[in-house]
Amino acid sequence: MTPLTGTLAEWRTRLRAGEVSPTELVNLAADAIEAEQSFNSFISFDREAALELAAKADVQSPLAGIPIAVKDNINVLGQPTRCASKILAPYVSPYDATSVSLMKQAGGIPLGRTNMDEFAMGASGENSAYGLTRNPKAPEHIPGGSSSGSAASVAAGAAIASLGSDTGGSIRQPASHCGIVGLKPTYGRVSRFGLVAFASSLDQIGPMTQTVEDAAILLQAISGFDPKDSTSINHPLGQYESALDKDIKGLRIGVPKEYISKGNDPAVAQAVEQSIKQLQSLGAEIIEVSLPHSEAVVAAYYIIACAEASSNLSRFDGIRYGKRTDNPQDILSLYTQTREEGFGPEVKRRIILGTYVLSSGYYDAYYAQAQKVRTLVQNDFAKAFGEVDLILGPTSPTPAPKIGAGKLDHLQTYLADIYTIPANLTGLPGISLPMGQSNVGGANLPIGIQFLAPHFREDLLIQVGSALGK
Amino acid sequence: MNHPKIDVAYIAKLARINLNEEETTQFTQDLEKVISYVTTLEAYDVTGIEPMYHPLPSMDVLREDVVGESLTQEAALSNAPQQAQGQFRTPKVVESA
Repeated sequence: MTPLTGTLAEWRTRLRAGEVSPTELVNLAADAIEAEQSFNSFISFDREAALELAAKADVQSPLAGIPIAVKDNINVLGQPTRCASKILAPYVSPYDATSVSLMKQAGGIPLGRTNMDEFAMGASGENSAYGLTRNPKAPEHIPGGSSSGSAASVAAGAAIASLGSDTGGSIRQPASHCGIVGLKPTYGRVSRFGLVAFASSLDQIGPMTQTVEDAAILLQAISGFDPKDSTSINHPLGQYESALDKDIKGLRIGVPKEYISKGNDPAVAQAVEQSIKQLQSLGAEIIEVSLPHSEAVVAAYYIIACAEASSNLSRFDGIRYGKRTDNPQDILSLYTQTREEGFGPEVKRRIILGTYVLSSGYYDAYYAQAQKVRTLVQNDFAKAFGEVDLILGPTSPTPAPKIGAGKLDHLQTYLADIYTIPANLTGLPGISLPMGQSNVGGANLPIGIQFLAPHFREDLLIQVGSALGK
Repeated sequence: MNHPKIDVAYIAKLARINLNEEETTQFTQDLEKVISYVTTLEAYDVTGIEPMYHPLPSMDVLREDVVGESLTQEAALSNAPQQAQGQFRTPKVVESA
């Protein structure tokens, strides 16, 4: 294949210096997608549409005509948006998501729809109707998910940078498994308009990149208030690039004692220790904090996410868009057969769970209880952020498992989201940074560490990531 | 809480999804396991704790009542599996008299 060597920032410099034109770069990127046959990180791509935008691109714009891959659940005008599901196989977006139109306004060019777990449900990249995605660093292992292709394409050099979405860790965990940077912004920082909804109170779009600098550049481009998203927040924009290359002397970094668990893989524990030493040598202060409700987050998350999903996915009924079953006898069988044929097993499983917890007689026991526990988790973080500026921990308790390993025990794979879920429940921003690797059976598996910051302090995530040389 | 055996076939009906027998059996097992896990949340004392429906305080936002841009009828129908006379077409919903 033809790797696209260079970070987003480097390509921007080359474009501005006239060493390469946006048209040449788009062709190079499209060639790289075409050549990327090994990992299955893309579902579709449209070279011609990207070339049209490249012809008009302004290299002085913030994104300078750079092609960016987009997860298959974010609408791009005129392109298929399938959410890696058969039910959306015939769907072509009649509009741009706000994040995509902002990216275009900033000079970015959407190119390539990245593979994912169907409707973002999954953490392995195996639940796709278009085939599983492989980890470019270790092809027998999963890339993580649900933004599997967004991570794998960047790690494989088949995309310069990408957009992903994160509902319970779907940007940060695959970034960790593939050895790249993934940033989940504060809930409400990036518009969700045009993101196919999974769990609306948890979903957020963010950048997946080779470096922290690239994450800062792309985050700047897609952030901002959007009247089309009622949960978008009108909060002043950070200046993310100016947080780069700032020292972190005196920064107080909390390490939750619950995150230094025996359940962590030794290589993961070592990565956290190594980063603590590095942070101390850079003048940061490490403080132990406590998040007493850490054990509760996975259960609360699965109730809330599945409940919201069962409601959100009711729109896929075969009437207005997407697939419709061939010979329905009546309106009811049109719904039930379309959904039977269109949804994959994990999506069905979660819709059933969500429908169950919302059904008559169970609402208080499950959904209401989970939303109250969510408040307890929020209170834990509010207290911790009274004492520290950032919180550090692992992104995932283990490196990427082998393909097929999670198939038998769904609950076990859900439990691996323990460190990423809190940011979604509380709306906090988080970043995963590559930190070392683990040699398992001859494969070098990347390890990621995660920082969490108070609401709207993405600048602190970028500052610490940049200080660590990422 | 002791939860009764989950009637997956009934829940699937509510969710408007046909499941075959194999899926019904499989999901019953999976859900029993997940539900017994999420039931651990009962152990947390939430007396006086408000439920958190959104991660950040949100409030209703009103915009100026002016006509803005929206999808054209053609664009809105562009993905319809079946359409007729500018409308989405479905099987007959109402019985003839």
